[in-house]
Amino acid sequence: MATPADAPAAGGNRSASLPITIERLVKSYGSFKALDDVSLSIRSGEFITLLGPSGSGKTTLLMVLAGFVRPQSGSVRFADREVVLLPPHKRDIGMVFQNYALFPHMTVAGNLAYPLKLRNVPAREIAGRVERALDLIQLSAFGERRIDQLSGGQRQRVALARAVIFEPRILLMDEPLSALDKNLREQMQLEVRRLHDRLGMTTVYVTHDQREALTMSDRIAVINRGRVVQLDRPRELYERPSTHFVASFIGESSTLPIEVRDGRASFAGAPLLSAAPAPAPASSAPSFLVLRPEKLRLLADAAPAEANVIAGHVRQNVFQGDSIVTYVRTASDHEIAIRRSLRTDEVLPEVGTAVRVGFSAEDAIIVPADADAPQTGRP
Amino acid sequence: MTLALDQIAAGGTASGANEEALRRQAHGERRSMLALTLPALLLVGFVVLIPIGWLFWLSFVDKSGFTLIHYQRLLHPTYLLTLRTTFELAFTVTVVCLLLGYPLAYLASQLPRRWASLVLLCVLFPFWTSLLVRTYAWLVLLQRRGLVNTWLQKLGIIEEPLRLVHNFTGTAIGMTHIMLPFMVLPLYATMKTISEDYMRAAANLGASPIRAFWQIYVPLSFPGLAAGLIVVFVLSLGFYVTPALLGGGRVMMWAMQIERSTTVYADWGAASAMGVVLLVITLGILWLVSRLTGSAKLGEAR
Amino acid sequence: MLRQPATSTQITHLNRLWLYVLCGLVIVFLIAPTLLVIPMSFSDSRYLSFPPESWSLRWYRAYFGSLEWRDATVVSLQAAFLTTIVATVTGTLAAYGLHLARSGAGRLVQVALTLPMMIPVILLAIGIFLFFAPLELNNSLSGLVLAHTVLALPLVLISVTAGFKSFDMNQEMVARSMGASRPRAFLTVTLPQIRNSVISGALLAFITSLDEVVIGLLIAGGDKATLTRRMFLALRDEIDPTIAAISSLLIVLSIVLLAVSQYFQSEPRD
Repeated sequence: MATPADAPAAGGNRSASLPITIERLVKSYGSFKALDDVSLSIRSGEFITLLGPSGSGKTTLLMVLAGFVRPQSGSVRFADREVVLLPPHKRDIGMVFQNYALFPHMTVAGNLAYPLKLRNVPAREIAGRVERALDLIQLSAFGERRIDQLSGGQRQRVALARAVIFEPRILLMDEPLSALDKNLREQMQLEVRRLHDRLGMTTVYVTHDQREALTMSDRIAVINRGRVVQLDRPRELYERPSTHFVASFIGESSTLPIEVRDGRASFAGAPLLSAAPAPAPASSAPSFLVLRPEKLRLLADAAPAEANVIAGHVRQNVFQGDSIVTYVRTASDHEIAIRRSLRTDEVLPEVGTAVRVGFSAEDAIIVPADADAPQTGRP
Repeated sequence: MTLALDQIAAGGTASGANEEALRRQAHGERRSMLALTLPALLLVGFVVLIPIGWLFWLSFVDKSGFTLIHYQRLLHPTYLLTLRTTFELAFTVTVVCLLLGYPLAYLASQLPRRWASLVLLCVLFPFWTSLLVRTYAWLVLLQRRGLVNTWLQKLGIIEEPLRLVHNFTGTAIGMTHIMLPFMVLPLYATMKTISEDYMRAAANLGASPIRAFWQIYVPLSFPGLAAGLIVVFVLSLGFYVTPALLGGGRVMMWAMQIERSTTVYADWGAASAMGVVLLVITLGILWLVSRLTGSAKLGEAR
Repeated sequence: MLRQPATSTQITHLNRLWLYVLCGLVIVFLIAPTLLVIPMSFSDSRYLSFPPESWSLRWYRAYFGSLEWRDATVVSLQAAFLTTIVATVTGTLAAYGLHLARSGAGRLVQVALTLPMMIPVILLAIGIFLFFAPLELNNSLSGLVLAHTVLALPLVLISVTAGFKSFDMNQEMVARSMGASRPRAFLTVTLPQIRNSVISGALLAFITSLDEVVIGLLIAGGDKATLTRRMFLALRDEIDPTIAAISSLLIVLSIVLLAVSQYFQSEPRD
């Protein structure tokens, strides 16, 4: 595994990816802790996303992996090799920046050839590899173009191709799609993911866009205030968030304060019959019930009682084309959003109508009230 | 799906892994970045700081040791007269530069791009021309049988040639010419950033153009104005070449007094003391203004 | 620019005719005296008049025929070239270091490096003269270059710093991530893109050294007399028309350098 970093990519006999082990990274700027004892294991070939709000430390973590930010302490290993003390150019990583950072004084082909030239790849081989890379990103005719003659999407592709042309075994991306408009962004999300599947390198991707993270990742590390709050597969993260922060950051949700006593939950004095939290929090801990809008049912007031119901009044109906969101206000003055698809001709409940909101126990998410308490994974 | 710490056994250490090495590296990097500035710093230290410090020292000593005699001698009427002339000239030049420079910068900032750059080129041209050449030009134009006198006589405005050079007037004209770009450039840079919307808004609120100009535009142009005034005034205070040539020895500036003490009388003590006085006045003004305007960017006006 | 006022509060061209006239006169004041020197330098008489009564190359012959003037020109050009090289290299390095460091110490260094611009030249000249005397650097080319470099350094620093400010440092980072060491990334990615600022700085350094009078007056004596020193001394005694010829040549050089610097400034960066 200990291939010299500077050796030209041999191709074939070396593995395409490396696992990354991050241990106890600490990086503070004055009193601000950008990374607060971060540990993370990234599997070989995995597509992992660092997701968090701005200022959460996700970009700092990426920059530590790249070697542009030096932590105060901690360890980063690519496979078994400690790299935290290595300068960026000896880490053999590919990197895509938010603004692409293409070289305007070189042509497209010049940009792609740059990392190969640094590796002393013979000129003839460079030409061939650049050509193949241009084919791969469907810009074969653009080799001699100047960078300012490219569109945003084309620049994005060139930046991506430049980051992988030297076959790095680790690829780092810092919000690479944030400058693109919505349609193009969604298309590029799939393209980036396909490229990863094809080349197989370990990919660490930074974004603040939870949809993007859910779409692309094998696993997502949610980061807040310099800590990894939860690390999970997208679906688990969505369905079983471990903290209030994760629950509210990923997807839409309504949050209700509840009380949990002896494994039983109650809301506003009324017991929620079968909403037993999966890991029962310590007895009588203040907790939150997190409800996903699309997992709720809107019940007429007179309908037969179900296991879990919360009573309230319709406050507002918002028509969104493919679905409708109904906001229900509870007697305790909390608001619950319910999303459902609408049958043609269906009559909407009028504002002010008394209704009940029903949900099944397995869709109820109960998290501790302390939003910022760091949680490490779930059992 | 745990936050897999299962690899912690593989060489994991207690808290503060690599801490010492990382700290050393950070120090090393900071040092190497500052090392890039080292050649420049050494040059400035060797050619500026040490000589100026040396001057400072010379101004306080004579054969018998520490003394204030050099400064006491500066209270002699000759020196005080020089100091007065220097301030008068600097003040005159600054005011005239303001009167000529402000309208020009204003017009240039209003003109369409193409014309504005032409005007700017006319301002930059003297900037790039040798100081000595420009002074020489004025010497030729303003002398007794020079162009200005000849033309004024031809036009019948004057009978006898005027004394335009080797006096205060000539010196002031030449210095104004040299200093004008220093006034126009920072003014223009500031005025370029003043949005026309302010004037439109003022007009919209019922201000007459003249009133809007004085109450809105002039205050907004203040940063450039301050920079221009200070640069012109400070440079004029220490100006040597143009007064020495256009003054013809009749207009004695502080800087000329310094030069004379050095080269003619070889009186290092007096020269150093006068130099220190000039330095203190100059840096004092710069410091005061940067305090008042909160910008230390006057240097960039050049 | 309006021909007619759009509202009663706007101003027409006619309203401010006085402004155009005034500015026209100021521009004439700024450039005409200097430019008049050129035709006058072709005059045949000792009293330069405009237009010259008879034309000749007399004063150009006087300049090129004089060994003293030629020597002085060579010294000035040597000093200017060496100053340009030293000031551009050290100034660019310093600007790069300051751009990377951005720390408290960095700000102090920045102030120190722009100090020569704030200190009156006469003072620097005297200080350097007195300090260089025991070191025997007076009347030597190296002493002259050292002094001129310090004057040019802040100009290079300001020019190159402006270049760095409009340069996207991510590019250098991406180059390093792809395997370029910092020096290599600087040379292959950063320097080509801040080239124009470096060239502008170099031109400023050149013209600063070439035009410098006061320091040259004090420390460039003997066979190391600069052109400007000889000109100054000649002017102080009497108006030698040869200086008109030299001045004309310097003016042409200024125009060329100004044009070059404008060309490099107007060229799009990316």
